[in-house]
Amino acid sequence: MGTTAVDVQDISKRFRLYYQKYTSLKERVIHAGRNPYTDLWALRNISFEVQEGETLGILGMNGSGKSTLLKCICGVLRPTSGQVVVRGKLAGLLELGAGFQPELTGRENVYLNGSLLGIPKSTMSKVFDEVVAFAELEQFIDNQVKFYSSGMYVRLGFAVAVTVDPDILVIDEVLTVGDERFQRKCMDRVHTFQQEGRTIIVVSHSPDQIRSMCDRAVVLSDGQMIAHTPPGEAVRIFRENLLQAGSVLRASATATTQTAGTDPEAVAVTEHGVAPEASGAPSPGIEAKPGPPSSAERAMANEGARNGTASVQITDVVLTYPGSDERPYMVTGDPLSVRIGFIARSRVSGVDFFVELRDGTGRQLLRSAAGDLEMHFDLEAGTGEVEFSYDMFPFVDGTYEIVVGVESSSGGVLVDYRDPAAKLEVMHPGKALGTVVLPVRIGLSTTSSDHA
Amino acid sequence: MALEAAAPSPETGQLQQPSQEGMLLARDVAGRAFPGRALEGRAKSTRIVSSQISVWSRLKEIWISRELLVNLVRTEIRVKYKNSFLGLVWSLISPAMTLGIYTLVFGVVLKNGIPDFVLLLFSGLLAWNLFSTGVQAATGVIVNNAALVKKVSFPREILALASIGSACVFFFFQACVLVIFLIGLQWSPAWSELWLLVVAAVPLLVFSAALALLLAAVNVYLRDTQHLVEVLVGAAWFWACPIVYSFQAKVYPFLHRHHIVWLYLLNPLTPVVLTFERVIYGKEVLNLTIPPHLPTQLLPGWGALTYVEMDGLVLVASLLLFYGAMVVFGRLAGNFAEEL
Repeated sequence: MGTTAVDVQDISKRFRLYYQKYTSLKERVIHAGRNPYTDLWALRNISFEVQEGETLGILGMNGSGKSTLLKCICGVLRPTSGQVVVRGKLAGLLELGAGFQPELTGRENVYLNGSLLGIPKSTMSKVFDEVVAFAELEQFIDNQVKFYSSGMYVRLGFAVAVTVDPDILVIDEVLTVGDERFQRKCMDRVHTFQQEGRTIIVVSHSPDQIRSMCDRAVVLSDGQMIAHTPPGEAVRIFRENLLQAGSVLRASATATTQTAGTDPEAVAVTEHGVAPEASGAPSPGIEAKPGPPSSAERAMANEGARNGTASVQITDVVLTYPGSDERPYMVTGDPLSVRIGFIARSRVSGVDFFVELRDGTGRQLLRSAAGDLEMHFDLEAGTGEVEFSYDMFPFVDGTYEIVVGVESSSGGVLVDYRDPAAKLEVMHPGKALGTVVLPVRIGLSTTSSDHA
Repeated sequence: MALEAAAPSPETGQLQQPSQEGMLLARDVAGRAFPGRALEGRAKSTRIVSSQISVWSRLKEIWISRELLVNLVRTEIRVKYKNSFLGLVWSLISPAMTLGIYTLVFGVVLKNGIPDFVLLLFSGLLAWNLFSTGVQAATGVIVNNAALVKKVSFPREILALASIGSACVFFFFQACVLVIFLIGLQWSPAWSELWLLVVAAVPLLVFSAALALLLAAVNVYLRDTQHLVEVLVGAAWFWACPIVYSFQAKVYPFLHRHHIVWLYLLNPLTPVVLTFERVIYGKEVLNLTIPPHLPTQLLPGWGALTYVEMDGLVLVASLLLFYGAMVVFGRLAGNFAEEL
């Protein structure tokens, strides 16, 4: 332990993008010296070390250079500058079953694939049965691979790669193959590898997977390494990066020059201006946007659909949690309070406030409604504030959307709502799979059966 | 595999005992033991991925992957004839056709009068076929294996070398058939100079491999190469070698008159082909079967040492070419995965 398994030393990779690729002699001569191209730096000065026994995750958006980095580590691509020093035998799973010859049988392919990974035939013979058992292809191993289903194909590919005893395993999003049971089996094998102290480098689009598997993670953005940290932090940075990219798109679409900042205010979604009182009954959706948005999040909140009959109007929504002054994200398990400021135009009786929580995919996770607690409010004309306090926010990391609204307790008429009222970034520092983390006590009791 | 004494596994905290085979056992979750799975203290090779890797370290990598070379050759031969009824026989039919047609045209129709012309032809073709099939197959090999090159890391040189490897296999099949011919025609080769075959085969292999590497790499960038090779090697180069005609009887007098024998011998395959003919066909001077029945010199009357010298020169040149091809291949190989 303590030694470096993979040492990535300042590597850069340049791709030359020609508008038109000429590969024939005639075209090359005709277009000699004046074939326009643009240089694309897929990787720029990436340096990090992977210690022996460490599991490293690589996160990044599409086109951020993840696959290029992985290919450079595997040696499929050579970096334009810099070098990668790999200590030990490396098995790259860039694509499962990549070296398979469709005409050959499964058995022949196992040996061929083994030798592509650098496994001598004698060693392969010893573990051959294990490979076949892992792939669950005992019946079909002597069939030609071209008759295999795609599932059988990748199962065999994975089985060869993990059974051949690599020191370093490089996985490019291949753990999402096969049915759920086989995926679980693959994950089990990966965990075994970790316990045996092997080094694993994995690219995944699923932050959950990175969080549950990795010791450290690298986040790439536009070919630059923007983080090399423990996975919880990396996932947060990755999400922030995603959000930022999203907001840039949004900003250009709405001709706003603002980009997301990391100012602590960003979490507190406040609307400075007050709805125009002169109009009396403002029609929904055409309300003037008060004040320039100071952050992307605010911009998003402002763009959130607003609707309602507006006898009560929601003016601002503020999220508070420990540390909300310093950082733009909260930590799973901390308390959360949602304060809804409102303005009532006249005396209103029988209204309920509610808060909803949605995850990134739009799935509703939670709805807290005052009405459900038999709490109905009678409001006098003027401004006020409602606070929803949660002792503990149990959801694991991700970006959540908070929707707030006010409705009439009698007929269920939606008076006003904000969708989304705010975005909530959550970071979970520990390991977890699933959606929520609940405090748990684990006790063990055993009954000895020896004295029977 | 260098193993140190039992070391505590850092993850499980268990002390691992060396098993009888001298291998450490690691256990997976289920407690199952995998021989040779423990990592502590096992010798690890270091590999460097960078833009410039020296020819020497690449040669070492090729040597380490030699089993892959064998496997690729085996695969290529298996796959080629997998679903054909005649299978490997096909690999003999094509050279047999060439042999038959040239014998018919030159021996029977044009009546060149060389006794057992088929043997002279066969001995030259044997060497030529190794070169021509190997180099032609190698030219397209990187492009044809794009899927592999893009996804799996291994010394790419192996692919080109495997083409030469399978050409060697066919060479042996053809050599066996040649032996049958020799027995059938009761022809005796120059037994005392049989070793010259090896002296000629080595430069032939090196030269073919060098050209294979060079063309395979260039073809990735200039796809014309494949067609160019087909034409140049398949047609032009073939006729520049003394295979279907006698060097000494047909071209030497002309070349000698114009003092350009050296030009003809610049073709590295000429000495090789001449050596093959010299050893297998054996006879330098023969009475042609066409009138006038005068003794005619078919092959140069050189001593064995001259052949060794010439093949040695070819070998030196081929080694230089091989080095150059490795350098070029190394330069171009870095971008194979993106060019394909």
